[in-house]
This record gives sequence, structure tokens and C-alpha cells, in this order.
Amino acid sequence: MPAAKTRVVPARPEGRGGIGSLLSSFGGYAVLVFFSLVFLYPFVIQVANSFKTEPDAAANPLSPIPDPVTLAGFERVFVDTGMPLWLGNSLLVTVVITVGRVFLDSLAGYALARLRFRGRKALFTAIVAIIAVPGVVLFIPKFLVLNQLGIYDSYTALILPIIADAAGVFIMKQFFESIPVSVEEAARIDGAGRFRIFWSVVLPMGRPAVITLTIISFQSSWNEFPHTLVAVQDPSLFTLPRGLADLVSGSLGTGSQYPLKLGAAVLATIPVAIIFVIFQRYFIRGANEGADKG
Amino acid sequence: MAETTTAPRRPARRLGDRARENIAGWLFVAPVVVILTVFFLVPILMALWVSLTDWNGQGSPFRAQVPFVGVDNYTKLFTQDDLSRLNFMTSLRNNFYYVLIVVPAQTILALGLALIVNRRMLKGKIFFRTAFFFPSVTSSVAISVLFLFIFSNSGAVNKLLAIVGVGGPPWFSDARGVLHLLLGSVGLVDPEAPPEALTGGGPFGLSWWDWLSGPSVAMCTIIILVVWTTSGTFMLMFLAALQDIPVTLEEASMLDGANSRQRLRHVTLPMLKPTLFLVLTLGLIATWQVFDQVYVMSQGKPAKTTLTPAFLSYQTAFKELDYGTGAAISFVLFVLIVVLAAFQRWVMRDRDAKDGGTAKRRAPRQRRT
Repeated sequence: MPAAKTRVVPARPEGRGGIGSLLSSFGGYAVLVFFSLVFLYPFVIQVANSFKTEPDAAANPLSPIPDPVTLAGFERVFVDTGMPLWLGNSLLVTVVITVGRVFLDSLAGYALARLRFRGRKALFTAIVAIIAVPGVVLFIPKFLVLNQLGIYDSYTALILPIIADAAGVFIMKQFFESIPVSVEEAARIDGAGRFRIFWSVVLPMGRPAVITLTIISFQSSWNEFPHTLVAVQDPSLFTLPRGLADLVSGSLGTGSQYPLKLGAAVLATIPVAIIFVIFQRYFIRGANEGADKG
Repeated sequence: MAETTTAPRRPARRLGDRARENIAGWLFVAPVVVILTVFFLVPILMALWVSLTDWNGQGSPFRAQVPFVGVDNYTKLFTQDDLSRLNFMTSLRNNFYYVLIVVPAQTILALGLALIVNRRMLKGKIFFRTAFFFPSVTSSVAISVLFLFIFSNSGAVNKLLAIVGVGGPPWFSDARGVLHLLLGSVGLVDPEAPPEALTGGGPFGLSWWDWLSGPSVAMCTIIILVVWTTSGTFMLMFLAALQDIPVTLEEASMLDGANSRQRLRHVTLPMLKPTLFLVLTLGLIATWQVFDQVYVMSQGKPAKTTLTPAFLSYQTAFKELDYGTGAAISFVLFVLIVVLAAFQRWVMRDRDAKDGGTAKRRAPRQRRT
């Protein structure tokens, strides 16, 4: 088990087993296999149908095998839609937000965990409160501010408002508090400044937390949708989720065009899927610790 | 977790150490503080102002020409017999049914999956856990596109239903309420000709018949999608809690002769209570914010049966350019969610104090849904 929760499991007491437990474990597997299909087969359908012709997708939506196999859907995604642009925008925005979040959140998390500055407790309380602010009520507020600052419809609008996040600060603070203070002492005696200590001693030790934050930041900014909706309206600034939403509800959305739409959806899913398969234990850690707030 | 660890108290090695630490601390947090202030705090205050005006999106909302209407935008939503109230109440009804089904369904599914995946003898644990969690990490927009296909008229779901001889509905254009259909199928009422006693009137401008519709068939697709995507995250939370249950406790109950059902009922479930509560309240908070799926899949259609307050607020402001009403809707939603969040905090804090602060709390990162 890759999660940090490995634990030595003592052997079961004698006398268990037999027909009853065999049946129950068989039943357990049957349920699990059923649910695995429910959770994974839709993705099989997604990939399979993106390689189908339109009539084939309409006639055999359940079939996992395209007949004939065609790349027409993907070709059209790249030729007829803004896909190359969306991919570029998504990549740019995601990378900048991820790097920014990891750096800024760690910096703040370290200060909140280790530096005894005035107002620290109040600030921490405020950050915890911000985690609880529901994103959907911020649509109009965010639009207002972006408009007033004159950065509406720009890369700055896509990136700046979400380049720091309260939940990330919280994760980093919790982690830095678990690093023993003694490791900083040596550096301090050598006369290193605060930033130096943070950058070359504490941050490297915070690797597991940094990786977790990097991965969940990547995932959430790659998938980010509502923010892009209120930050930009110029199609040349669309990210992949925004472009995809536009594709479905826009002019191309009127027909079925499913191979095309599913192809675009596959492209939106692939990067996160790859990261998920490689780093799944970090996702699990993030899911279990991320907003351990209060 | 409150401030459990405090920074070390060092003797001041030289004068001004304290001041230097203050400056360093504020410099370190400055970027985050500035961003959160400019993009969270200031916007909320500005929107509060806008919710008291009739701003139409042109120019600055702070100009003198912008009409100030006080709490009119709010009272309109609750008391005036017009379209704003009808839309708002319809969206509340829709979201209410959505919450009523999604929260229990995702909790039971997550708990069930966690109990099965947690079995010690199980082979392939990691595979199953990964499979159930995977939908939670993917893009809500991409998933919505996929479900549009799966639930389309000749889509996978209707193909499956056809195999067992059931004719599936045209999911996304079916505005009929599930409760109406249910009552109709047992012959209690005729959905085509509802009893006059129910259609005559009702609270907030929506007839009793409309209030008692249940989620529409179209809304059910969104309900299924959301239960499917969120169960994995909540399963992980249950799983973590299950692994925190001391093995000795289970063994003791086994020695006492408890069978597996009794162990579940008297040992496991009581130990899971804090997590159960957390999952339920987090679910409540998240379900009142449903937006992405509505935007991509239905835009509130058919017949406004998938309209939710979050989507209505967006639509009112950005499509109808009635920013005042839009902002007012989001503040009502804001209050509702903050009350739910405060309730959760309050109960958890209470229980923590009783347990001497040892209870573990885990929560997923809040996903912007």
C-alpha cells in the first residue's frame, strides 16, 4: 500500500475461514468488480468513442472497440477548434500557477509555522476562514475586482487571483511544524538569514509536502473551470476546460459530433490521468490531509 | 488543528532579534496576504455593495449614477411575486432535491466501498482504491461531456436499458419530476392532471405541486454524475478512519464472540462517527455549490428543472446583466453555506474538547465544483 499507512497486521485468530468466509469474500469480489466497471467503464467508452466514426458512435456507444478505427475526431479537434491554443494556454497557466502556489504557499506556511511575528495567530485564523469561502459565490466579486484593476481578459486575470491558495498554506504550515527545530539551529549558528534557512534547509526537507502540493495544484489548476469563466471572455485566452465547455454549448454543440467532443475530453483527461497513475499516493495524502482545517 | 506546536523560545542572541523576526514573518506572508486580500476580501465587500444597487455592468459600480436600491434585490427574491422570485425558488427547490439524494447516496456508497476495500484478505486493494478514486481527480467539464454522451438518447445508458427491455427517457429534455412519476405509477395522482388542491397555491409563489416534484429526470443525470465522481474521495476518508481503528479493539470483540455484523454495528460504525459526520457536512456544503455540471450539461434546462442558485446567480449577472440580483443570490447562498460550515466547525470543536483533542479529522481539499 503506497499510502503512508502501512502497518503490521497481526495474523487473524485461528478458526476463521471455511465456507462462510469463502462465500463472503467471493461476494465481496463480485461487488468490487461490479463497481470497478461502473467507475472505469465510462472512461473506456470515452476513449473508444473518440476513435469511432460518428455513425459508429451513435449506433454502438457501448462497444469498447471502434469499427473502423479513425483519427478523424482528433483531426477535427485540432483543425476545427481552438484545441492547439487551449492546450498551450492550459499548459502555461497550469505551470505558472503550480510553481507560484508551491513557492508562495511554502513561504507563508513556513512563516506561520516557525516565525513568531505579531499577528500570526489572527492571520492563520483568517486563512482557515478563507478555505471555507465557497468558490461559487465569488463569481461576481472576482469579476468586479478584475474589471476594476483593468486586468479582465488577460493572462494575469487567469493566473494571479489563484496563484496563492489558503488550503496550500495550511498544508505547508502543518508539515513544517512537524520538522524538528534543531535542524535549523546549525544553519542559524552559521549565520544564515531567514530566507536562506527556508530555502536551503527547510524547503528541501519539506519534499514530501512540496510534492503533494505540486501535484494537487497541478491537478486543480489544470481542471479549473469557473475561474476562467469570470476572468476572460476572449477565445484566444481559453484554457482547455473552458474551450471544451464552449465546444459543447457553442455552435459545434448543436449536432452530436461525439467523437470530436469526446476526443477533446480525452485530451483534457490524459495529463491528470498520467500524473494520477504515477503519483496516486500523493493524491491520497492530499485528499486525506488537505483541508484538515479547524 | 489549533496551534499545538509552538515555535521554540530562544534567548535573544542580539538586540532587535524580535523586530527582525516580525519583519521576516510579514515579508514571507506578504504575497499570500496581498493576493488573498485583493481577490477574496475586497471582492466580497465590493459584491456586497453591488447587491444593494441596480448596477448593469457598465462602468464602475461606484459611480454616483448607479442606482442604490438598498435591500430591494433581497426582498425581491423572497417576497415579490415576479420572475426573480419564481426562478430563485425553483432553483432552491431543485438544489434541495439534489442535496437530499446526493448526500446520502455518496455517503453510503463511499462507506460501503471503504468497508469492502479495507478487508485484510483482499487482493488488489490498490487497484480497486485507485479505480474508485480516479473520477474524483479528473476535470468536471470533461466528465460532464462524457455523461452527455452516455445519457444521450441513443447513448450507453439507454442501450443498456434496452437490453433489459426498458425504454430509456430522453434524459436531458425530460423535465418531469421523479416524485410525480412515482406517485403516478402507483396510481395516487395523475401527473398530467394534478389535483387542484396542490396546484392552487403554495409558499413563495411556487405551487405545492411544484414544490413536491422531486428532482426532474434531467437532474437525475447530474445527481448520478456527482455521486459517481465524489464517492471516491469520501471513500478515502472512510478508509483512513478505518485504518485508525486499533486492531486490538476488533480482536477483543472477536474474542467476545461478536460476529462480523455485530462488530460492524457496535465497534466499527461508532468509531467512524466523526468521519461520518464530516463526510455528511462536507457533502452538504459542496452540494449547495453545484455549478460546473449544470453549466456544461443543461444550463438550467429543461423547464428550469436543473437551475441551481449558483448557476442562477451567474446567469442573472453575466447573461441578463442584472448584477444586483445576481450578487444578492450569491450572498443568500453564501450565508447558507457559511451557516453549514459553522455548524460543522461547532460540532467538531465540541466533540474535540470531549475527546481531549485526540480525535483525528480528515477532510479532502475543497474542490471547486
